[in-house]
Amino acid sequence: MGQSNMKEIAIVAYQQSDCVSDAGAANEVELIIPVLGKVFEQVGITNAQDVDFVCSGSCDYLQGAAFAFVMGVDALGAVPPIKESHVEMDAAWALYESMLKIRMGHAESALIYGFGKSSPGELPNVLSQQLDPYYLAPLWVDTISLAAMQARLMLDQGLITERDMAEVVARSRRNAQGNPHAQLGGDVSAEDVLAQQTYVSPLRKADICPVSDGASAVVIATVEKAREWGVPYAVISGIDHCIETHNLGVRDLTDSISTRRAAANAGVGDGRVDVAELYAPFSHQEIILSRALELGEDTRVNPSGGVLAGNLMMASGLSRIGEVFNRIVAGEAQRGVAHATSGPCLQHNLVTVLEKGETA
Amino acid sequence: MSDENNVGEDNETVTGIEAPIYLKYNFTAGAAASRFLTRIKEGVLTGQRCPRCSQVYIPPRGSCAACGVPTEEEVELADKATVESFTIVSIPIPGNPIEPPFVVANLVPDGANISVIHLLSECDNAEVHIGQRVQAVWKPQEEWGYALDNIRYFKPLDEPDVPVERIGKLPVTGLEG
Repeated sequence: MGQSNMKEIAIVAYQQSDCVSDAGAANEVELIIPVLGKVFEQVGITNAQDVDFVCSGSCDYLQGAAFAFVMGVDALGAVPPIKESHVEMDAAWALYESMLKIRMGHAESALIYGFGKSSPGELPNVLSQQLDPYYLAPLWVDTISLAAMQARLMLDQGLITERDMAEVVARSRRNAQGNPHAQLGGDVSAEDVLAQQTYVSPLRKADICPVSDGASAVVIATVEKAREWGVPYAVISGIDHCIETHNLGVRDLTDSISTRRAAANAGVGDGRVDVAELYAPFSHQEIILSRALELGEDTRVNPSGGVLAGNLMMASGLSRIGEVFNRIVAGEAQRGVAHATSGPCLQHNLVTVLEKGETA
Repeated sequence: MSDENNVGEDNETVTGIEAPIYLKYNFTAGAAASRFLTRIKEGVLTGQRCPRCSQVYIPPRGSCAACGVPTEEEVELADKATVESFTIVSIPIPGNPIEPPFVVANLVPDGANISVIHLLSECDNAEVHIGQRVQAVWKPQEEWGYALDNIRYFKPLDEPDVPVERIGKLPVTGLEG
C-alpha cells in the first residue's frame, strides 16, 4: 500500500505491558486495561469513545477461554456503542485493517490492541492446531519442531552456522537489558549460548522465544488528526503482507519469499533503514528475515531485544511497529522497518515502513 | 458433479477422519472474578464500583464496561433484589434439570446498579412482575462452592413494589434505606 494521493496515516501512541512468564489470575480485561490507559494518556483522550474505530488481535486457543476477545470489549468503554472489529491474528493485522478503515474515509483515528495469555496452555502444542487439519494437525507437529527442521536445512546448506544463531541470541539478551518490559535480558555471550545443550536439535532453549503473557496497544490517526492532537508521530509510509502455502514441503524454508514480496510493495528499499524490529520467534529466523529485507550493516536490528526476549503472542507484531515508532519519536532513527509474522516457519509476513513526520 | 470430482468406482467416499484434539489448560478466573467467587463461597454477594460513573457491577469483571476504566472498590451487597425483567420458560432445555415452566429473571441486588440473571421460585408464575421484591434462597452452607448457584433461586418478599424508575438505584439497605 503506497501513500500517493491518499491521506497520510501515522502512529501516535504505543504501550506494551511487561512480558511475564505467568500473569497469574489476571484475565483479558485486566491485561488490556493498563496499556489502553497509557495510550489514551499519551494522546490525551479518555477512552475508545474518542477514536473512530477499534480493532484487536487475539486467539482464544492461547488461554483456552472461548470468546475472550468479546470480554476484551469491557476494557473499552463501549457505552454508547463503538465501531469495533477483531482479527484472530496478531494485532499487527488489526492495524492493517484499521488503516483500510481510515483509507476508505470511515475513520480519522483508530485504537489497536493485541493481547495474549499463553501461560495457561502448552503453547507449542496449541499452535500445532493452526496447521492443515487433515494431514498435519492430527500429528501434533509443534512449532518448535517445525522451526528446528527449518534451522537444520539452513545449517546443512551452509547458509548459517550455530555461532550465527548464538550471536543473534546474545545481541537480543544484551539489547533487552535496556528494555524494561523484556522478560529475558542479560549480559550473555555467543559462547555462553553455544555452551548450552541442544533442546530440540539443532535448537538450544535460548534459540527459542519464551512464552509470555501481556498486551500492547497502538493509536493511529491521519496526520491532520495527529497534528490536531498535538502529539509526536511517525508516518506509516508503506505496509503490505503476503502469505505462503500451508504445504511446508512446497516452501523454500531457507528464505522468506513472502517477506521479500511484502517488503518490495511496502517500499523498504526506497530509503535508508536506521532500525528494524523483526518478529523472529527463533534465532535463525532473524537471519532469514534480515536477508529477505536486505538489511545492511547500518541497520540496528531489534534494539528492544525482539521476541527472543519476550513474545506476546497476538501482540508481538503490533509491538514491533510500536518499538520502531518509539525510536523515531525519540530521534534515534529517521526511518525504520517493522515486521510481523504468523503461522509455522514464517508462513505469513507483514512489513511496515515508518518515517519521521515533517513536523514530528 | 463432474467426473473429475468423483472418487472413482473403486474408492469409498470418506465422510470422516479420526483426529482427536485435547488441550490442557490451567484455568484462572481473573482477579476480579476470583474475589467475587471467594466471597460468594462465604455466602456474601460483592460488586465493584466504577470510580468514574459510580455504577456498581455484579458479578464484577475488573472494569466498568461503560467507562472502560478499572474497578477496584469492592462493595458488599444485600441478597435482596428487585425484578427488572423476567420470562417464563415453558419448554425443556436439553441438559437442564429444571422442570418447566420456570421463571428466569433479571434481578438487581440492593446496592447494585446492574442486573444478574437468576431463577425465581416459590412463587405463582402468573403473579411475577417487574418491580417485585425478592430474596435469595441459599443452598445449605456445606454445599457452597465458587459458584453463583450457591443461591438456589430467589423467592418473592412481602414488600411493596419498587417503582420502575428506582429499579437499580436502591442502597444496600433496600427499599427503606
